[in-house]
Amino acid sequence: MKKSKVARGYFLNTVVIILLFTAFQILTSAKGSQGSFKLVLIPSIWQCCYLMVLAASLNLVLGFMGQLSLGHCGFMAIGAYTAALLSLACERAELFEGKSDPAFILVLFSSVIAAGLMAAVLSLLVGIPALRLKGDYLAIITLGFGMIIINIINNLPFCGQDGLALGSAGASLYKNGLGFGSKAKVQFIWFALLVTIISLALMFMFIRSKYGRAIKAIRDDEIAASASGINTAKFKVMTFAYSAFFAGVAGALYACTNATLSTSSFAFTNGGILNSTFVVVMVVLGGMGSLTGSVIAAVIMFLINYEIKNGQWVSALPASLSGIFEYPMLVYAVVLIVVIMFRPKGIFGTYEFSLQNLIPDIRRALEMHRTADAEKKEANGNA
Amino acid sequence: MNTFFQTLIVGLRLGSIYALVALGYTMVYGIIRLINFAHGDFIMVGGYTMIFTVPVALRLGLPAWVAVLAAVVVCSLVGIGTELIAYRPVRKKGTNMTALITAIAMSLFLENLAQAIPSIGPNPKVASQIFKAGGIHIGSVTMEYTTIITLVLSAVVMLILYAFTQKTRLGRAMRCVSEDKAAATLMGINVNSTILLTFGIGSGLAAVAALMYMAQYPKVYTTMGSLLGLKAFVSAVLGGIGIVPGAVLGGIVIGLVESFTTTYISSSMADTFVFLILIVVLIIKPAGIMGKNVGEKV
Repeated sequence: MKKSKVARGYFLNTVVIILLFTAFQILTSAKGSQGSFKLVLIPSIWQCCYLMVLAASLNLVLGFMGQLSLGHCGFMAIGAYTAALLSLACERAELFEGKSDPAFILVLFSSVIAAGLMAAVLSLLVGIPALRLKGDYLAIITLGFGMIIINIINNLPFCGQDGLALGSAGASLYKNGLGFGSKAKVQFIWFALLVTIISLALMFMFIRSKYGRAIKAIRDDEIAASASGINTAKFKVMTFAYSAFFAGVAGALYACTNATLSTSSFAFTNGGILNSTFVVVMVVLGGMGSLTGSVIAAVIMFLINYEIKNGQWVSALPASLSGIFEYPMLVYAVVLIVVIMFRPKGIFGTYEFSLQNLIPDIRRALEMHRTADAEKKEANGNA
Repeated sequence: MNTFFQTLIVGLRLGSIYALVALGYTMVYGIIRLINFAHGDFIMVGGYTMIFTVPVALRLGLPAWVAVLAAVVVCSLVGIGTELIAYRPVRKKGTNMTALITAIAMSLFLENLAQAIPSIGPNPKVASQIFKAGGIHIGSVTMEYTTIITLVLSAVVMLILYAFTQKTRLGRAMRCVSEDKAAATLMGINVNSTILLTFGIGSGLAAVAALMYMAQYPKVYTTMGSLLGLKAFVSAVLGGIGIVPGAVLGGIVIGLVESFTTTYISSSMADTFVFLILIVVLIIKPAGIMGKNVGEKV
């Protein structure tokens, strides 16, 4: 009985996703060459895709396992550089010619997977010493790791700011396949969506599996979990590696989206949209323990960031106010403090969106609303 | 051999700055089990306070280092304010994790607020000379006055702090609170004001560290505290977090590692080695060099 419900859920989700996907493809082929669609919407979707995967992957560690990782962008950097170097190597070996070559799609997929695997393997180096311990050691080690990895990438002769660019910094990624221009972004939008959907689905499945239940148990009470026979260190390291894998995938998508790679964009903090702290803001805002929340918060934060950078209304504000928006991190810091203080659960708490349970969920919410109203009325009547 | 001694001196000086900052981290961590990420930014606050007060002190005919007194007061107030406004409300109802995230948010907030203030701005400011230039020559090794003052001052501050935590009533109260809050309350200790005092002292030490740092590197910028603070925290973990002598030892070790790596291996890899040492120590002795392994009560 229960099994068939799960199967029905998967079936329903698959059908809906395929329908939406096809509809989007038709829309893209119809309007693909139009100005704002091509120049604004599609690049935004690309950016949202990697932000979603990134936020969801951090949520595995932060929300479900209850450990703070402050170097998540370090894993993303590993992924981005791995993918870029691999595609560069393939291009040098003349495995594909141009972006329309079918072999290119193979290269694309293999670089995404290689990016994830590389990040996962390197995450073991950090995870094994840090996660054996209780407490906040992971936060500090990952913070250090994020810096080390940038340091190392900068110093390696074959990557870093010299190696990839071969002397010229700009447009280095266009040449080796990744780093899509606006036309290629339209052409390959299916790829970004496909990778994102598969990644999110794998993470959802992980959370609902016995492994997911085990790490939630560890989050709630580590001693009780280990007393119940859960090997806490093993599960923690495994989840950390799983999370790093998807951070690496997000990095590969990042390398496709952006024309150049620079290690400074993966730092702990910087003025841009992408840094390890920003990812933490997204996860906390969406709700620690809700992948739905992370996905939606990624889109919200992208929109806020986009509006701060490009919105017309910012310049219409008085000078004293618009000055604040020159430092977006200040705004995010305030958002983070306010969310933590007044709604520590985030927007969604631990709620997960589900097509199958959508109608019952809404009904239950309405019912709760109604009983609350009735109680209020009753209280008023008594008074 | 000369290079070796010169490197040693540089390492000790750097180490004593790290040790001063690490003391602030370790005191706060010891008492409320929170990595106070904003502590590094208290150094920045101290630095900018001195940028503005050193000219005032010089105009009044006082030596430049008097400005540190103002910086200590400002830093302590900022520290106490952070605890009152951000940490205390979150600690009351949140978990350990939310408190940690608040600390990161406070750090970002201070850094970016400083950039948004027009008279500070994002560009670095150059500090004036604080101590007399020159130094003592022993053979061909030079010991600058700044170095000597840094070493002596840090040693004095650390000894005072150690005596304070061991001998005085307030210091004893502090150690009690860090051991068991409930029992401390029963003994008539005001836990909240003790935590405030810890924040005040820890942040004041950050101002002293800022003085040392500026005496050596006469430049102040808004993110100066983040890497410095991080390395100081690494020192605190290395020595055994929550232990005052441990923080000093850890700071010296990290300072020496950094200066020797810079001299003998590569200057750009120094940070990498610092963090590698942290990882290695956590594998071998998770409680830190001077820490004791304590079993957990169920």
